[in-house]
Amino acid sequence: MTLLDAHLVVERGTFRLDIALTVAAGETVALLGPNGAGKTTALRALAGLTPLSGGHLRLGDRELTRTPPEQRPIGVVFQDYLLFPHLSARDNVAFGPRRHGADRRAAHAVADRWLERVGLAEHARRKPRQLSGGQAQRVALARALAVDPELLLLDEPLAALDARTRLDTRAELHRHLGAHPGAALLVTHDPLDALVLADRLVIVEGGRVVQEGDAATITARPRTDYVAQLVGLNLFRGRGTGTHVEVAGGFALTTAEAVHGNAFVAFPPSAVALFTRQPDGSPRNTWPAVLRDIQRHGDNLRVRLDGPITVAADITPAAAAHLDLVPGRQLWAAVKATETRVYPDL
Amino acid sequence: MPLPLLLPAVLGLVFLILPVIGLLARVPWATLPHRLTSPEVLDALRLSVLTATAATVCCLVLGVPLAWLLARVTFPGRRIVRALITVPLVLPPVVGGIALLLALGRRGLVGQWLDETFGIALPFTTAGVVVAESFVALPFLVIAVEGALRGADVRYEEAAATLGAGRWTTFTHVTLPLVGPGIAAGAVLCWARALGEFGATITFAGNFPGVTQTMPLAVYQTMESGDLDGAVVLSLILLAVSVTVLAALRDRWLTAP
Repeated sequence: MTLLDAHLVVERGTFRLDIALTVAAGETVALLGPNGAGKTTALRALAGLTPLSGGHLRLGDRELTRTPPEQRPIGVVFQDYLLFPHLSARDNVAFGPRRHGADRRAAHAVADRWLERVGLAEHARRKPRQLSGGQAQRVALARALAVDPELLLLDEPLAALDARTRLDTRAELHRHLGAHPGAALLVTHDPLDALVLADRLVIVEGGRVVQEGDAATITARPRTDYVAQLVGLNLFRGRGTGTHVEVAGGFALTTAEAVHGNAFVAFPPSAVALFTRQPDGSPRNTWPAVLRDIQRHGDNLRVRLDGPITVAADITPAAAAHLDLVPGRQLWAAVKATETRVYPDL
Repeated sequence: MPLPLLLPAVLGLVFLILPVIGLLARVPWATLPHRLTSPEVLDALRLSVLTATAATVCCLVLGVPLAWLLARVTFPGRRIVRALITVPLVLPPVVGGIALLLALGRRGLVGQWLDETFGIALPFTTAGVVVAESFVALPFLVIAVEGALRGADVRYEEAAATLGAGRWTTFTHVTLPLVGPGIAAGAVLCWARALGEFGATITFAGNFPGVTQTMPLAVYQTMESGDLDGAVVLSLILLAVSVTVLAALRDRWLTAP
């Protein structure tokens, strides 16, 4: 059942955000995109902190398009948490319930329950500056959830944490999002956060939705260079005629499956094999390439190749030594047709 | 260090400190305790502290909302309003006193109406002293508090709004505590300015011992009557208060966010 139904249009100078969003009850959607894509603007528009230039916002059967932020049943976890520095952790969490009509005692009871749930019961009396980053994040989450919001918004909830804390906090956040009965929208530029925490991904670039779907679909079938880069695939857009797809520059890639019309071809860097001489045999794509640069990538090396098409290739250090890889080196690249994925560009 | 800079710098410092040393050198230490506890001095001191405090309260009540308006609300003519607020700052206080008389005096623009309708007459009363002091001191408070409000992160106020707080609750529960140190600094500045007020007070409220004769007025009158020692003692008290305020202000300024 759709809980949030929004079409957000915000115009600011030359930037225009225009995205449609739906989130079901109990669902977590990640708004993923590069910096400046308009993710935070979308979140602020949902919270009512940035006015809409157009579109609409409905939550359940309530029309919220022009409702001021304090009257929206929406909770926000801000990127740097924005815990009130003059209030204790407990009073921070109790702030929302107090504004919603609970008396002091009841609000404190709610706050204590939430602090207990995020594992910070013994830190209730601490001021925000006495909390670690991970603790502050949990207090911010408790504060946003303490008013039982129908929609929970999280702006880069893990961005301010160090790598170790991030891991723990991500797992814990996953647990709380699972327990949240309402809808949740997560804004992030980190694909890992999005993949772990969200049921569905909405990719935003330049103020528009460029792709959306579950993690499996998006990682298997990226539709923009940004998404391809996120999921680590080489991606080409072209025109298919059977098992040939002609990409920019007139280069044709042979694919295992047939496709007609506009199509994408994707293959992982590990599918690219490198040779010093032109290889022959088996139905594969081969082309002469020039090595642009080389970088460490996990246990392997990632090389970037110029040529008729620009691709990334992963090779083992042993293979690299054998190939004598220096920038500018002439090589042959090969990709088996069976290693490519081809899908129509709708 | 270049001499053309060092020499004027040292001279400037000496120029600022020398009068204070001159004052301290003339203090009649032997008769000081006796003079300090004389009823005239105590009256003037009590009246000064009382009126300066009352003026500060008035300035807080009027000035904090005014500062909030300037810092948080966009409205046409905001720049003009801000310019108007600084007028009492550059206006010679005596001129301020005359202006107050013309506005709030018995025959004044609003004063006549106040007198006829409520029987309220401000000139030459203790309340008049408070009015005169507030007039000169209010800009100091507004400017200090507006600066503090502009320096405070408005996103805390946004966070409060997402938690269900309206603008008034956000102001009282989030904004005020956040800019508390800034308001305190502004209030101290305001109080010090009110305490030293002379020109507007003597013009608007007159110089009646026990009613409108504050410390600076008492210093002036004592000096005029030829009692230099008396004037020095009164000045010493004002100096002590000023230094204390300065110390308090410095701490506030350092702890302000």
